[in-house]
Amino acid sequence: MADFTLPANSRYNEVPGREFPAAAGAGRIKKFKIYRFDPDSGQKPRVDRYEVDTDRCGPMVLDALIKIKSELDPTLTFRRSCREGICGSCAMNIDGKNTLACTKSITEVKGDVNIFPLPHMPVVKDLVPDLTNFYAQYAAVQPWLQTRTPAPPDSERLQSKEDQEKIDRPSACILCACCSTSCPSYWWNPERYLGPAALMAAYRWIIDSRDEATGERLDFIEDSFRLYRCHTIMNCVEACPKDLAPGKAIAEIKKLLVSRTV
Amino acid sequence: MNKRERPLSPHLQVYKLEYTMLLSGGHRISGLALSLAFVAVVACLGALASGPECYAWVAGLLDNVVGKVIFAAAAIGFCYHFTTGLRHLRWDAGYGFERAEARRSALVAVIVMTVLSALCVWAIFC
Repeated sequence: MADFTLPANSRYNEVPGREFPAAAGAGRIKKFKIYRFDPDSGQKPRVDRYEVDTDRCGPMVLDALIKIKSELDPTLTFRRSCREGICGSCAMNIDGKNTLACTKSITEVKGDVNIFPLPHMPVVKDLVPDLTNFYAQYAAVQPWLQTRTPAPPDSERLQSKEDQEKIDRPSACILCACCSTSCPSYWWNPERYLGPAALMAAYRWIIDSRDEATGERLDFIEDSFRLYRCHTIMNCVEACPKDLAPGKAIAEIKKLLVSRTV
Repeated sequence: MNKRERPLSPHLQVYKLEYTMLLSGGHRISGLALSLAFVAVVACLGALASGPECYAWVAGLLDNVVGKVIFAAAAIGFCYHFTTGLRHLRWDAGYGFERAEARRSALVAVIVMTVLSALCVWAIFC
């Protein structure tokens, strides 16, 4: 059953946050309110406030986070790597929406910048959520080519340009988890509903012309929880930083399941 | 560290209440409310089938301001559920999933439901 409130150990506005004012002589200032949780402190989460001199900072939210970590507070913990929206590491909730810190411009946010970890996930530390369950769901859809027939002796398994184009978009998923953790259905049933990311990965293999396990894949997914917890809320489409419309992939799976029964 | 000690990150508390969640939540709540309002419709039909005296009694119960407000609320709920339902039917057919398309269909649905609701309320009260 859905629990709309946070458990006692997760309430983040009971412990007062710390203030990190900008240095004297700073230019234009933007305030960042960032969720903090230190597993070693034994304390509940809190929200710290940082003043960042945006005249001496790169344009993206990730630039501000790195600046905070190197100049104001080295204890701030977050994941990041590529800084260009292809690795998916810096996915977090910025200004109330899931997105990548590296592709989200600071000036897009009106007022203070609120930053929280991806929603409804166990928090390892600060902005780092535990993605174990998310990755297990990805693995559960067996995201690799499965064949029954022997491979051609003298060539690869070939595919037409049109067939390749069908999988171009779902293949572009970077598994940042923005979509799944934006989905209320996923919040209420994280263990039983596969979520948009894993379902789009499944779809990518279901429609692959070279894959020969289509029936088994559809059998696995056809389940009132694994698939049909999707009620087309469309938060996934709004959230996806790569504009991949995961909801569309889920709808196509539903259509395939209907069409194979008629 | 024990995994059970890990806090749950905030969700409804911090997520921006966007049109996606509002329309979807409204669709489900209006559906639930309409299934309750259906009891009143069945009562009217039952009374109609039981003869003119019974119908006059039920009609008398509903033909006042309170009854009209209930009817108006049900009509608005119906207009809402009907238009968002059409939007869901379009999705079920596999169309309209791109972000811009979904935003546009939401806007169209809100305009249509507002016009239909206004007509219903006008018909009930005027």
